[in-house]
Amino acid sequence: MKKLAFVTILLLGIVLMAITADFPRWGDPLSPASTYLSPHFIEKTMEETSVPNIVTAVLGDYRGYDTMFETTVVFCAGAACFFILGSFGREEDDKIRYFRHRDTGVVLKVQPHGTRPSSRADFERIDPTWTPYDFIISRVAGLMIPFIQLFGLYVVAHGHHSPGGGFQGGVILAASFLLLALSHNMRTLSARISNKVLGLMSASGVLIYAGWGALALAFGGNFLDYSVLGVLLGLDPIAARSMGIMIVEIGVALTVMSTMIIIYNNVASLGAYDEGL
Amino acid sequence: MIWQIDTAMLLLVVVVALASLQVKDLLGAGILFGAYSFMMCVLWTVMGAVDVAFTEATVGAGVSTVLFIAAVFRTSRRTKD
Repeated sequence: MKKLAFVTILLLGIVLMAITADFPRWGDPLSPASTYLSPHFIEKTMEETSVPNIVTAVLGDYRGYDTMFETTVVFCAGAACFFILGSFGREEDDKIRYFRHRDTGVVLKVQPHGTRPSSRADFERIDPTWTPYDFIISRVAGLMIPFIQLFGLYVVAHGHHSPGGGFQGGVILAASFLLLALSHNMRTLSARISNKVLGLMSASGVLIYAGWGALALAFGGNFLDYSVLGVLLGLDPIAARSMGIMIVEIGVALTVMSTMIIIYNNVASLGAYDEGL
Repeated sequence: MIWQIDTAMLLLVVVVALASLQVKDLLGAGILFGAYSFMMCVLWTVMGAVDVAFTEATVGAGVSTVLFIAAVFRTSRRTKD
């Protein structure tokens, strides 16, 4: 079986390499994409949308449909992960649980179906695959997380002028939360941002994007034509396109951020959201 | 673009990709895959596609490595084959 797979991969690789020879050369001015489409974007983007970064303008405005459905695909990936791995709130009581007394550090081992400590203020639950609490790692991560989040917000907001945008900024924001989960544990993350909130944020990001596009219909434009929404924002049509890109990028960032955390939570805790890395 | 650096980078991409398939330790394979993503990110930057490079760095080298670590944490660290 392994040999068969190897031969298949080898053949596919040879076919791919043979096809690559037919591609237009890198930077070829006579290739179909460079003859009329790219010059239009390069020359007209600034006067049509007032966005200096052409990639963002193409992503958010000219090819808005693509980005909208990419966001939907990300949302669907998170939903699929939730439905496949999630345990839907069934709390399995057949596991051994550990509780640590906050003041004395004494750890209680509670057998399956045993009585748990009633006071949440005195006892905290700890993982069975418990790793020693490392002061340096948790403190350094705690110092870095605010700056990572600030950078993520900057990337979302500054996508018009520099590389970046909703996808990258959303992933950076998600990475800051994942750093919290990795350096402490998953319960620390769930205490900050619960799974219900994450699900709502994931869906509302898609809603912001599609809703902003659909709002343009109400103002007499085409779907995702942000220029007609200038009336709503008090801007001229060109600045409204720039601002419209900004709003849909926020939607993309919300969906991407929460979906990444949802996938991580589901994988790391096997869908139970109670314990994990 | 300096062709010596370019060739070295391309060679490193291929070496890291093969190594991540060959290594028996799955955690190591995940880390090597992150290194592969980082090399690809450098290649995108060399070709002038900075937005793609940014996405590769955040998604490929950042979050997917964490997801691999989480998957290894919940399964086993060594491959059966």
